[in-house]
Amino acid sequence: MYRNLYGVNKMSTILNQVSKNYGANNVILNNVSAEIETGEFFVIVGPSGCGKSTLLRMIAGLTEISDGEISIDGQVVNDLQPKDRKLTMVFQSYALFPFLNVWDNVAFGLKARKLDQAEVHQRVNDALDMVSLSEFKDRKPRELSGGQRQRVALARAVASDAKICLMDEPLSNLDAQLRVKMRQEIYQLQRKLGITLIYVTHDQVEAMTMADHIMVLNDHEVQQIGTPTEIYQQPANAFVANFFGTPLINVMPAQKIDDYTLNVDGDFEIRMEQKITDKATKIGIRPGELSIEHADELFANATVKSTEFLGDETIVYATTNSGHDIRVLLPGKAVYAAFEKIKISSSNNIFLFDSLNKRIPMEMGDLVNA
Amino acid sequence: MISTNKPSRLNKIVSYTLLLLLAFVILAPFFIGIWTSFLPTMEIAKGNFLSTDLSLNNYVSAFTKTPILRYLGNSLVVSVLTMAAQLVFCSMSAYAFVFLKFKYRNAIFVLFLITMMLPFEAEIIPNFTTVKNLGMLDHYSVLLIPFLTSAFGTFMLRQAFMQTPSELKEAADIEGLNHFQFYWNIVLPYNKVSLITLGAYSFLGAWNQYLWPMLTTFSNNSRLIQNGLRQLQSEETFNDWGMIQASAAIIVIPTILVLFIGQHYFKSGMNEGAVK
Repeated sequence: MYRNLYGVNKMSTILNQVSKNYGANNVILNNVSAEIETGEFFVIVGPSGCGKSTLLRMIAGLTEISDGEISIDGQVVNDLQPKDRKLTMVFQSYALFPFLNVWDNVAFGLKARKLDQAEVHQRVNDALDMVSLSEFKDRKPRELSGGQRQRVALARAVASDAKICLMDEPLSNLDAQLRVKMRQEIYQLQRKLGITLIYVTHDQVEAMTMADHIMVLNDHEVQQIGTPTEIYQQPANAFVANFFGTPLINVMPAQKIDDYTLNVDGDFEIRMEQKITDKATKIGIRPGELSIEHADELFANATVKSTEFLGDETIVYATTNSGHDIRVLLPGKAVYAAFEKIKISSSNNIFLFDSLNKRIPMEMGDLVNA
Repeated sequence: MISTNKPSRLNKIVSYTLLLLLAFVILAPFFIGIWTSFLPTMEIAKGNFLSTDLSLNNYVSAFTKTPILRYLGNSLVVSVLTMAAQLVFCSMSAYAFVFLKFKYRNAIFVLFLITMMLPFEAEIIPNFTTVKNLGMLDHYSVLLIPFLTSAFGTFMLRQAFMQTPSELKEAADIEGLNHFQFYWNIVLPYNKVSLITLGAYSFLGAWNQYLWPMLTTFSNNSRLIQNGLRQLQSEETFNDWGMIQASAAIIVIPTILVLFIGQHYFKSGMNEGAVK
């Protein structure tokens, strides 16, 4: 966090127990609270249908709030029109005006706000420069590629003097390579302009790579808010642990044997360095924390299903004797044939979850791996 | 390749032959009409359609001997005004039906649709009584006021406006556009093609109307061209067919113009690139 980075008292966007429902049985969002600092890159992430776009539209003022309070820079904006909230928005579908050329598309909002002509010119030209579209300024949107259209939408946000920019899955219509490129461009733009960027995505990679803070939404509720490191290393619950990291984390039931030993559903044991509470019923093991040995039938605890060679590493998909699908990430090239018997073991850098899937924090002092 | 080529070529030959035949059936009367408009009436009366005595005399006499210019002027004024009024009022009511939220919106729209289901001929007597009582007979107003808006136009534009991406509305909201600015700056240009279609449709509708002006106008001051054409026929004891043909050719010109100009705009992909 960089509160008061420039020594001034910075204001922020605050969501206070914001809810949205259409009738009592149709709850879209429940009690969402967060503080979004000025100048930060804030990513709202979650699976589709979790209400993340609705939350963004509520901040923008396009959707009404059922309950709670949103304030921007100390002012409650619940009843403020979108235009009075001093923000811009980049839409998933870009929302360009097909009958206007690139330059006019970028200038549209500024003209609507009746800015001085010279200033409009200055801002639009600067914005187009910044997204390197100057030479395309006379083209119509239909004459542009997907990436260029996306840049026009970005330029529109850049040209505005609004200090808050909302983006609703802006990269989801682009192909994989372009997405990586635009991801970097958006990140650099945000840093250069120093704007507050609230970014909605379903893509955990986008969230991890760009965010200062991430809000994880699922099931209409906030699961966790934190920095990418916090989210990855100290997930609040099994859902968050599941959502971040590829390959997927292995969440399996485990039984406590003694104060320091866990039995993973009869397949293998993990020796912990700190006392295990009685509440622990499940564990989460990142695929990289597991290791594999070739083993004969007698000592094997799993069977290989398939392997994927990714270049620097190999993912081994296996089924444990107790029937759990498990993913193991091995460095380099590992050769395991399908149906081969293997012995899997784990480091003790794992997460413990209670019966409600909440992560049980390691006791302070005992914390070795987090 | 060759084996698949043959049937498709045969296919082409058959379908083009059919098309040519049908085109001939449709176009022949039209060209016969144009051709005879250049022939002297005497030749036409004799049935000598292959005469080579071609001249523009019929056109000259149409303009000099009849009030056709006045009729054309009347029709032009009425058609242009009808078109303009329908574009304005239909697009505004369609906007209201799509973008404004008000009570009984759908019920009111259904009422609009119901008026479309009654044929104009069925309403013609009560309408006539109304305009007569209002003292509007034989005046431009009787040709204009009943046609200032149309349920069909509202319906057509409503369907078109509903296709306008909702993101454009949201983007406009964020920029702080009011309803009129959004209507004028975004909805109208986005739906240009539909507006041109409706414009062409209402212009031609007004240009070609016959029954209503026949009932409500009876002097050259307000008579429209289609009725004027009929007038040319009955005023003369001996019909000057050459001149009537020439007049008919003249009044077809705007129809053809509108279609050609309109066609230029019916290109697909005008709105590509707005979303995605």
